[in-house]
Amino acid sequence: MRLATVVGTVTSTVKDPSLDGHKLLLIRPIDHQGKFKEPIFVAVDSIGAGIGERVFYVANKEGSYPWYPELVSSDCAIIGIMDPQNFDRTVQ
Amino acid sequence: MLVGKIVGTVVATCKDEKLIGKKLLVVRIVDPETGSPAGYQVSVDTVRAGVGETVLIVGGSSARMAAGLEDHPVDSAIVGIVDTIDIAQKNTKGIG
Repeated sequence: MRLATVVGTVTSTVKDPSLDGHKLLLIRPIDHQGKFKEPIFVAVDSIGAGIGERVFYVANKEGSYPWYPELVSSDCAIIGIMDPQNFDRTVQ
Repeated sequence: MLVGKIVGTVVATCKDEKLIGKKLLVVRIVDPETGSPAGYQVSVDTVRAGVGETVLIVGGSSARMAAGLEDHPVDSAIVGIVDTIDIAQKNTKGIG
């Protein structure tokens, strides 16, 4: 599981039936200080995250498990929203 | 999941029998923010996408969960055609 910031949304009309009704968000991985260096990519939202929120996500096969036993064609799923007060930026 | 642009097709006569009838497309992975290319890969099409379209690509074993790809030897599948990409925060300095 890794931390990320939600930076945008993706809309898609023609898509796999297993993705119907699921929100597609653009996320950017961040480090423990909230800084980012990596490019953004698409994740499927499972908890109702929104733009600007810090979240954590699971990648690869586990990215489909939030909906198990439903088989969702997702290799990256947002599974938690981080509470802001738990983000200590002073730790180096 | 990655965003890519379809740039070509792959034709293979000799292939795994489970891939018979599947459309193989060459996809250029792009950074959704900058549009800069980040490599190419061959993906199996499940949404009738065509050359020039921006698509959503799922990789790894999750690709086998796309419609019609159960138990197929596939690690990259096109599962959506992208309509729009909206990026709210374009800063590159970090928000921490």
